[in-house]
Amino acid sequence: MNHAKLTGRMAAAMLATVALGGCITVNAPEEPIVIELNVNIRQEVIYRLAEDAGNTIEDNADIF
Amino acid sequence: MGDMMNTVTKSVLAAAAVATALGGFAAPAFAQRDPAYAAARSAGQVGEKMDGYIGIVGAETPELRKIVNDINIKRRAVYSERAKANNATLEEYALTAGCQAILATSAGEKYQAPDGSWQTRGAGAPQRDSRCP
Repeated sequence: MNHAKLTGRMAAAMLATVALGGCITVNAPEEPIVIELNVNIRQEVIYRLAEDAGNTIEDNADIF
Repeated sequence: MGDMMNTVTKSVLAAAAVATALGGFAAPAFAQRDPAYAAARSAGQVGEKMDGYIGIVGAETPELRKIVNDINIKRRAVYSERAKANNATLEEYALTAGCQAILATSAGEKYQAPDGSWQTRGAGAPQRDSRCP
């Protein structure tokens, strides 16, 4: 999702560059920048592990 | 023998009652946080990160670094074992635990929001990764 947006923005920026004859304008993104930690980890994996991880936290309360 | 057992049982129960009255909780000793870690947590000096580990929130001190490293090494060992049991990678399991650990923070404790900033847990739900359950 973010990648698609980013690609879209980059494409738009490149078009703008061509249109303005080399003048580059950089606009600050309107949405807050979100760091997608470990983008390769899929939501379904997290859902599968959620219950076990919850139990792990309860069973090891001294380190959580 | 029976009387003795009875006395022992009574003593244990009495001790437990006193402990509950004094401490307000009766969690087994092994499950409690180390006092230094508990203090650093409630003072907001350490917080829960998105990746399933804790981090130093403000200025780093050798004491805080030791607490954080100690906890994180232990967490990593647990994550590693549980990940293997669930056919998952260490990172997958740790990230999932991070979701849950942030959700489990108490009001006033620090946690890391998806933008990487440290936030103080309020009364409502914490800001979490969109993939968190």
